[in-house]
Amino acid sequence: MSTVAYITARGLFGRRRALLLLPLPLLLVGLAALCVAYDVNPQNWGPTVLVGLGLAVVLPVVTLIVGTGVLGSEVDDGTIVHILTKPMPRRDIILAKLGVAILVSAVTSAVPLFIAGWLADSPKLGLALAVGAAVGAVAYSAFFLLLSLLTRRPVLLGLVYILVWEGLLARFVSGTRVLSIEQYVIAIADRIAPTNLLTGQVGAPLAIIMTVIVTLGCTIFAIDRLRSFSVAGETS
Amino acid sequence: MSVLELQNVSRWYGNVVAVNDISMTLGSGVTGLLGPNGAGKTTVLHMMAGFLSASKGRVTLDGEPTWRHPAAYKKLGLVSEREAVHTFLTAYEFVRASAKMHKLPDPDAAARRALDLVEMTDAQDRRIGTYSKGMRQRTRVAAALVHDPQVLLLDEPFNGMDPRQRMHMMDLLHKLGERGHTILFSSHILEEVEQVSGTVQVIVAGRLAASGDYREIRRLMTTRPHVFALQSSDDRKLAVALIGEKSVSGVEIDHSGLTVRASDYGSFTRALPRIALGEGIRLRKLLPSDESLESVFSYLLEA
Repeated sequence: MSTVAYITARGLFGRRRALLLLPLPLLLVGLAALCVAYDVNPQNWGPTVLVGLGLAVVLPVVTLIVGTGVLGSEVDDGTIVHILTKPMPRRDIILAKLGVAILVSAVTSAVPLFIAGWLADSPKLGLALAVGAAVGAVAYSAFFLLLSLLTRRPVLLGLVYILVWEGLLARFVSGTRVLSIEQYVIAIADRIAPTNLLTGQVGAPLAIIMTVIVTLGCTIFAIDRLRSFSVAGETS
Repeated sequence: MSVLELQNVSRWYGNVVAVNDISMTLGSGVTGLLGPNGAGKTTVLHMMAGFLSASKGRVTLDGEPTWRHPAAYKKLGLVSEREAVHTFLTAYEFVRASAKMHKLPDPDAAARRALDLVEMTDAQDRRIGTYSKGMRQRTRVAAALVHDPQVLLLDEPFNGMDPRQRMHMMDLLHKLGERGHTILFSSHILEEVEQVSGTVQVIVAGRLAASGDYREIRRLMTTRPHVFALQSSDDRKLAVALIGEKSVSGVEIDHSGLTVRASDYGSFTRALPRIALGEGIRLRKLLPSDESLESVFSYLLEA
């Protein structure tokens, strides 16, 4: 593991913010288990819990916490300067941080989604949701990492994207779905394990292409932004 | 030997000009960057360190720009003013991580050497979060020195240090300067700069106000007119006596007492008690009224 990735991981788990990662996945698994325990028909709870909570909230919010934490916290407290004063290509710094963000958020959201999917239908649906979550974690992480270099309020803007763009607009305005990572995840999971619990609104090929475009675009942009990273003088 | 050069560098934020047409060349040895708070020292240091682009002009290290050029950090070390450290690491882990990011052949030995240089070996295995401000500062200096950079930039390095740590840091900067390193540190305290460096660059309101040997600048500072507020048992009689004194260039009298302008600080302060004693006048108040550093700097700017 690179030194940047090591410091990033230590920083991520050393902060109280890491504890925020736990409640949502636990809630997801807990709700799914409760529905199964009370023998509720998966048709009644599946879409709400798996999509409404799992893919629309748990995956993006977990990734938001992690994605903005790997770089945004260091930008906030100024420790980023220690990493930037090293003769390393900025690409290596972004890729190391992105790698940590993807790994942590993919594991944190894919595992509960796998369990919830299995409980709702089958291991195949669980696997499909886990793969979808992992793919989503890649695109979301790249996007949120870029946000933490573009604005001083990445969490707020990220929440606006999740709640307003994906949560509201993408449900009612069909054109915005093409720019919704959540829709890509649903489409990919639906393609792997077609059930009537998930309904993809965009085609799987488009979802894959858009995921690649979003990920690459955000990563390249983030690398360029980090090259021009400015520290404003506190006394100036 | 590395040369850090600023050529007609300006930096503005919207309508505010933070740095205005500064040119300087820094070679080996210790240079102090002196100026009051808000003068633009940090902006200059950040431009030198590649953390800010110049709005106009060029900042180069050995001919290469520092902005958007990470390879410059092979020769450059920076200790910023902001006390930002990864508090969850120990000093050893922190400095070793720096060494590894520099891809040094033996990061462990480099970390030990740097920590030894700043006398942090005893506390190196404690988490940085438990350190005092001075210890954190020394840890940051160790991290900046781990690759033995030719150029070391330090922003207000003595802030928060106790006198012993301050002496030690001054000694360290001296040694590095003598070994041929280019050291630039900023400070708003004249005495700090005087004790460490032979040459100073004085920045006032974003402009380079003076540059060169500190003794020359110090002389300019001490021979400027000094203003004193005085109260005595007989202000009018004292005013008459003072105007005959060579070091006094002007006296004003009003209901609150006397305002005396002295052209030579030392001669006036020696003459005053003698004059008062000779005239049988009792002095009630003597206050130097323009001793703030800002007034010293603005005088320099006018000089």
